[in-house]
Amino acid sequence: MQTTRSISSESSTWQTGRLILTNPTGLLGSTLLLLMAGAALLASYLYPGDPQSMVAGPLEWPGNDPAEWLGTDVLGRSLGAGLCHGARISLAVGIAAALLSVGIGTLVGALGGFYGGRLDTALGRVTEVFQTMPTFLFVIVMVAIGKPSISTIVISIGLASWPVIARLVRAEFRRLKEADFVASARLQGYSDLRIIAQEILPNALAPVIVTASVLVASAILTESALAFLGMGDPNQVSWGSMIGEGREFLASEWYLCALPGGAIVLTVLGLNLLGDALNDALNPRLRDRP
Amino acid sequence: MFDQSSRRRKSLKAVNSLSRSAVTILCVVVVNFVLMQMLPGDAAEVLAAESGSGSASTVIQLRQHFGLDRSVLEQFFAYLSNLAQLSLGVSPRFNLPVTELILSRLGNTLLLLLSAMGIALSSGVIAGVVMAANVGRWPDRLLSLLALLLYSVPAFWLGLMAIVFFAVKLEWLPTGGIVTVSQNNQGWDAALDICWHLVLPCLTLASFYVAIFARLTRSAMLEISQQDFVRTARAKGAGPLRVLLVHMLRNALVPVSTVAGMHFGALMGGALVIEVVFSWPGMGQLAMDSVMARDYSVVLGILLLASVLVIIANGLVDALHAWLDPRIAQD
Repeated sequence: MQTTRSISSESSTWQTGRLILTNPTGLLGSTLLLLMAGAALLASYLYPGDPQSMVAGPLEWPGNDPAEWLGTDVLGRSLGAGLCHGARISLAVGIAAALLSVGIGTLVGALGGFYGGRLDTALGRVTEVFQTMPTFLFVIVMVAIGKPSISTIVISIGLASWPVIARLVRAEFRRLKEADFVASARLQGYSDLRIIAQEILPNALAPVIVTASVLVASAILTESALAFLGMGDPNQVSWGSMIGEGREFLASEWYLCALPGGAIVLTVLGLNLLGDALNDALNPRLRDRP
Repeated sequence: MFDQSSRRRKSLKAVNSLSRSAVTILCVVVVNFVLMQMLPGDAAEVLAAESGSGSASTVIQLRQHFGLDRSVLEQFFAYLSNLAQLSLGVSPRFNLPVTELILSRLGNTLLLLLSAMGIALSSGVIAGVVMAANVGRWPDRLLSLLALLLYSVPAFWLGLMAIVFFAVKLEWLPTGGIVTVSQNNQGWDAALDICWHLVLPCLTLASFYVAIFARLTRSAMLEISQQDFVRTARAKGAGPLRVLLVHMLRNALVPVSTVAGMHFGALMGGALVIEVVFSWPGMGQLAMDSVMARDYSVVLGILLLASVLVIIANGLVDALHAWLDPRIAQD
């Protein structure tokens, strides 16, 4: 029984992958994300050295200097280097914060949905409190209290955005715990932990994966807004901080803001397209719709 | 007889949801207090540093004066009793009561928030209805693409690009602020001037939520279009427009307003950044000024007030649901 399940889940992973790549939405989204991941991975190869160091004259427009074809900022720093190294920060913060949210949210939602009763009421209260406090304000307060570093930002965004996942997982667990396969697992004397982690969770994962891609996108947007406001990690180049620094020259040198903003748009668009494609592939109820 | 019991059930439900909200607010207050305790350095150190006489004995005196030497539990009850009198303490930076500071900015923020929410809801719902009515055809595809694009653009960046295009290049709209300082307008002219300054921040803030409401309205309308009562309405001879607007839209507005309530807090977070981009003198700018000056009492006060506003917004959504679908009030 164990082996048949693992084989069928493997083949369904392949099937999902094929469904995503044959869907134009999924193909475009994956391409955009691969592009950004490539820029992040090749950052130190394409632009070795510190992206904060001066490489050419100040305020060169894109296309003027063939060596720095994306232009330079007011201190003569390369925009291309900033964009590539910024991709690392954006993707790392986005993925790490989303993983943290999924972790907390799955734990809270699974416990509440599986056990119900007072535990569920209490966890529901906590979820409601975190949902009531405006996420971005809460993140700002936490980053202001801690020191502005990548890890503080990741933890703050993760702590502020788990309620979506918790509600989703709770609803799935409440639905699935009445299912026949859970009843048969109980009859076989499986422990609660095993039923939660090995029986229900794999079946509740599809909507969580779809929401996680949206969470990565919104974490990237939050990080960029924080860095734009000057609350990012001062030792790291990020797309948001590039926009914040370029804002001073907005009227004449608007490319300083336009380029990093464009990078954010492409990344977030890629994630949202992928999320839509995942939703189509994993949600069988909608799959056959015209 | 039946009427009386249903009325009693309704009032019981109202009391229930009020007590739930009260507990939530109390929890937010506790979180606020915990965050305050986590702050590096206490108010006595900040004040001593501000006055320039930071000797150890002054700090101890100040601690006694503000009650910071008492136990955490005593401090918590002092904080609660202050809150009950609507006092959030005094901001060392502005030397004004925090409540007064925040309330002086509340009006500007609410103006921005409510106008953005109004525009986002109305244009999002219209776009969603158009998409659902033309599903699979080019208006649907075009608007879906536009919505996906708006959904992916950081609002603060869109605001900056709008400033470059509409304020700097075309010179149609002001670059920021809330009034034209040099003109000193009165009456209608002043109101018109504020509207003029509101256009760009409001549209920028609304952009992301237009996309959310459009996508949601589209999927809600499509889901409802397959239900029996829609077929019944068509069968009894209701025109397509009447079925679309009266029968389907009214039901689609239930999930749309739920999501609008859920996103009200996020909208406030977005307003913070937009206020900074457009130098709009609201709570968000006050929050950022206070963060930069390490004046935490103001930031925490804003977090608390914003949470209260979210609860009020959700209460209004519940009331709207009861009106849209009387069955919800009966449950």
